[in-house]
Amino acid sequence: MKVTVNRKTVTVKAHPLTRLLDVLREECGLTGTKEGCGEGECGACTVLVDGEAVNSCLVPVAQVKGTRITTIEGLGGSHPLQRAFVEHGGAQCGICTPGMIMAATALGPRPSLDEIRTGLAGNLCRCTGYAAIYRSVQRATKR
Amino acid sequence: MPIRRAVGRNVLRKEGHEKVTGLARYIDDIRFKDVLYVRTIRSTVAAGEIADINYHFDRTGFTVIDYRDIPGRNIVALIDEDQPCLATTRVRHIAEPILLLAHSDRTRLAAAEVAITYRETTPNFDPERSTLSFKTIAIEKGQLDRGMAEADVVVDGEYRAGHQEQLYIEPNGVVAVPENGGVTLYGSLQCPYYVHRALTVLLNLPAEKVRVIQTETGGGFGGKEEYPSMIAGHAALMAMKSGRPAKLIYDRVEDMLATTKRHPAIVRHRTGVKKDGRLTAMEIDVVLDGGAYATLSAVVLSRGMIHASGPYRCDHVRARGRATMTNTPPNGAFRGFGAPQTQFAIEAHMDVIADRLGIDPLRLRERNALRPGDTTATGQKVGKDCSALQVLREAGRRTSFSKKRKTFKGSNRGIGLSLFFHGSGFTGGGEVKLASKASLALTERGVQIRVASTEIGQGTRTMHAQIVAETLGIPYDQVDVSIADTATVPDSGPTVASRTCMIVGRLLERCAEEMRGRLGRNTPAAYFKKHGGFVVTKQYEKPPGLEWDDETYRGDAYGSYGWACDVVEVEVDPITYQATPVAFTTVHEIGCAIHPMLAAGQIEGGSSQGLGYALLEEVVMRGGKMANAQLTNYIIPTTLDTPPMTTKILENPYKHGPFGAKGVGEMPIDGPAPAVVNALRHAGVVVSEIPATPEKIMKAML
Amino acid sequence: MQGTIAGRELLQPRSLGDAVKMLRDEGPLVPLAGCTDLYVALNFGTLRPTRFLNLWNLDALRGIETRGNALRIGALTTYTEIMKSAAIRRRLPMLAAAAREIGGVQIQNRGTIGGNVANASPAGDTLPVLLAADAVVVLRHAAGTRRVPMTSFYTGYRQSVARLDELIVGFEIPPVRGRQWFRKVGTRAAQAIAKIVVAGVWDTVRGEARPRLAMGSVAPTPLRLSQTERALGSGASLADAQQIVQREIAPIDDLRSTAEYRRQVAANLVGQFYGEARKR
Repeated sequence: MKVTVNRKTVTVKAHPLTRLLDVLREECGLTGTKEGCGEGECGACTVLVDGEAVNSCLVPVAQVKGTRITTIEGLGGSHPLQRAFVEHGGAQCGICTPGMIMAATALGPRPSLDEIRTGLAGNLCRCTGYAAIYRSVQRATKR
Repeated sequence: MPIRRAVGRNVLRKEGHEKVTGLARYIDDIRFKDVLYVRTIRSTVAAGEIADINYHFDRTGFTVIDYRDIPGRNIVALIDEDQPCLATTRVRHIAEPILLLAHSDRTRLAAAEVAITYRETTPNFDPERSTLSFKTIAIEKGQLDRGMAEADVVVDGEYRAGHQEQLYIEPNGVVAVPENGGVTLYGSLQCPYYVHRALTVLLNLPAEKVRVIQTETGGGFGGKEEYPSMIAGHAALMAMKSGRPAKLIYDRVEDMLATTKRHPAIVRHRTGVKKDGRLTAMEIDVVLDGGAYATLSAVVLSRGMIHASGPYRCDHVRARGRATMTNTPPNGAFRGFGAPQTQFAIEAHMDVIADRLGIDPLRLRERNALRPGDTTATGQKVGKDCSALQVLREAGRRTSFSKKRKTFKGSNRGIGLSLFFHGSGFTGGGEVKLASKASLALTERGVQIRVASTEIGQGTRTMHAQIVAETLGIPYDQVDVSIADTATVPDSGPTVASRTCMIVGRLLERCAEEMRGRLGRNTPAAYFKKHGGFVVTKQYEKPPGLEWDDETYRGDAYGSYGWACDVVEVEVDPITYQATPVAFTTVHEIGCAIHPMLAAGQIEGGSSQGLGYALLEEVVMRGGKMANAQLTNYIIPTTLDTPPMTTKILENPYKHGPFGAKGVGEMPIDGPAPAVVNALRHAGVVVSEIPATPEKIMKAML
Repeated sequence: MQGTIAGRELLQPRSLGDAVKMLRDEGPLVPLAGCTDLYVALNFGTLRPTRFLNLWNLDALRGIETRGNALRIGALTTYTEIMKSAAIRRRLPMLAAAAREIGGVQIQNRGTIGGNVANASPAGDTLPVLLAADAVVVLRHAAGTRRVPMTSFYTGYRQSVARLDELIVGFEIPPVRGRQWFRKVGTRAAQAIAKIVVAGVWDTVRGEARPRLAMGSVAPTPLRLSQTERALGSGASLADAQQIVQREIAPIDDLRSTAEYRRQVAANLVGQFYGEARKR
């Protein structure tokens, strides 16, 4: 089964019911995407599938056949959100950060504070109280 | 204000780049060759004897471990020695570990069926009915009867707080690798040397045969202070017996069911006050539910008791507390460590008193707040770095508190405040006993910090490097921080008790002062070229004048205290009884903000956890088991549950802290719960138990 | 302990026709849509079924269109698609309101209305909406199609009239006259399971009030509150209607809330519906 991950074509050998999260972490060796709960509540496993944010712990790999998947590793390292999360305290312990940044990339250009809060409501952070995450997203998305 | 190059600036987090790119490696990200996966078989009864164990699976390829496989002592070495690493013949709580299974195939591991039968005995879940106290503490100041006699009014109150789950987003996990005739333990943990000691005792190995290496840790909040000694013990036993690396990572359900939580508390106050609001006598009774084994209950109780009378002056105080045993999973460290529970009680009680006397809650606190020269309940004279009045007045001013107390009256909105404090470092003689060490090395590559303090999100690496860079006069980027590996770093004590900056940071400051002296005018590189490298190590020295008596519980409990005031506005929905915090302001005095953004991060994060403690986070216990051990049902705040937060940091330096810094990690969680309860009271909803769920609010309103 | 994949099977039909034939000939098979419910059970090791049917690629189950009078919503329509649909925002805004309250963005992108109905939880957020809208469930099997009114669809706790060889392919919503109203009371502001969830329509027929009201999380199935509707429509006092609703529902104590709370809040919500839905 073929899927594109971070612009590279990957042939997936795993059982079709394997969670996308496990295919990414184990078969593709992309450990940036994290498991925090296994029940789609924390969002630490968020990746983009054809530009849409999903919880990869809830997706059977069979259902992403032929799609384009983007993980934190696919952002390049100097994406404005990545820089902003470092500069403005959006990342503390960092375990929610990859999922949080991926969800933030799906917010669109110049989101309002309300849109940021709603768009990130599926990503739990226990360290920051979210305030620095809003500041990081706002700094990253201002022109 | 001196212009500084590193301290006081928002330098980039040392490992920030790794964390935002997915390069940071948490324990589950690291691949170990030839690994065995471990599964823990746990008790399903709350109390009883193990009658029979039957294995209903083909044991080929499995390694099975029970208590008889333990080479050393079957205990999780901490303070008391009551907790076994694996149950022997009896169990005292649901989820108590009994057996370990390991296999290289996770499917076979998960499918293995073990049937255990028990002879159940009657469990006790009521901490007040318990016949076993892990610890009792009595604090006595002045003469209570005299104080009560002076009072115009006596006000009683009873306050209850439930469990709280730390909910680090990365669950507990370790990998143990057998090597060099011993074991190397990699894991998500706060205190490498706690784990080190526990493993030497469990495995009967000399210190040099055990190595503990902290991996990047996705949150701790105290939940990885002592618990890792248990999970590390399990993995290490498996590694030693099987001869292969043993990987043990909990999923969220197991983590919530089996690991430590905040101690539930019942706190009773009887307070004598004058008509003008002055406190004349405080009688306080505290019961903490310790769960089935002592773990850290004695110390949680200690800190809880010392903070139980709040940041107030009162000549006559009697505070008695006990931590008791129940047949529930042992409770342990969680940010605040007893102080959130007892300060919730005193601060909620202060508003009851304010109501009774018809005094504005802010004025009541102004009247009674500690001032420099006053003594605490343990008789400690607070110094010039006492900022209770400053934070109170600043918070009141910024929020127009007294005006809103009038204008909100009769609406669905309430405004409430809390005034609180938090001692930094280990209580009393604790730091002397810890005798922590820190090292600073000059190497070919530059200057390297070597401490056992761990980065768990709060910014340890960054903050320590700032202190060293500033003191040495070199750029922050030129200071490197070693991995927390017991093979290379000295024992700097645990990463707890808000001590990582004030105590360990100060040790590093002293190391850097000595290094600077030796470097003279040389840059580190130039010096190394001429003379080679060297290591400076400093050990904790008690500041002069600190005296503490453990027997009488009197004296200087902490070197310094931070001071804070929270103001929260809450709106109550009369249709659903939901309480929504709509505005949150906090003023924190912390001595010196080494990194203002990281300090604000601690304040905002801790405050958010405090709001969860106040309103959302309920551990539902049924028959001694956490019934809602899933993120779907144990609710922490999302973005939409968190109000806008305004944070103001004040600095009133502590003479013996690095650049005047006190601790900041825990204090933020002490304040929000009582501020919320006080705001609810203002809105006409009287609750004295947290979390103040809509169900409880409904009962209070109808 | 995570459940395992080993020994489980996923059949991948290439068309709807394929799918219903597989259900008939190769069952039992559990259909998989967005997996936001099923995979939670798999992750917890509580998922008993071992054979699954992947619906995700069946475009015949997608789409929102008007057919004659009815608004037709495909079973695989996600909550995100529901929120974005101009047709739904115009004709069935209470469904868009429900979709907004489900999970966070990640769940909304994958969760489907068909999955919500098939999962049959009494707390399903779209279910009271479909009940209040008098929706019709369209079911397909190998031999044909049948339609079942939503109000007859559930027969008991997590049980419905749908047969094992049938697939929910979509929903047909007749025109909804009158003001629509929706409120979900969750355990927190987002990513929450409903403690109680209400959808209502204040319809008037020839000057007479014909309110429709449905509630979830207050009984083994989502409920259409016909007695309460009759009371409200017949001009009874609000207080009377609030007494009736408390008797009409059968809430329980569970991990998230209490029967007492649900009863009281149900009455309060009827009052809020009454106050807000009648406004012009």
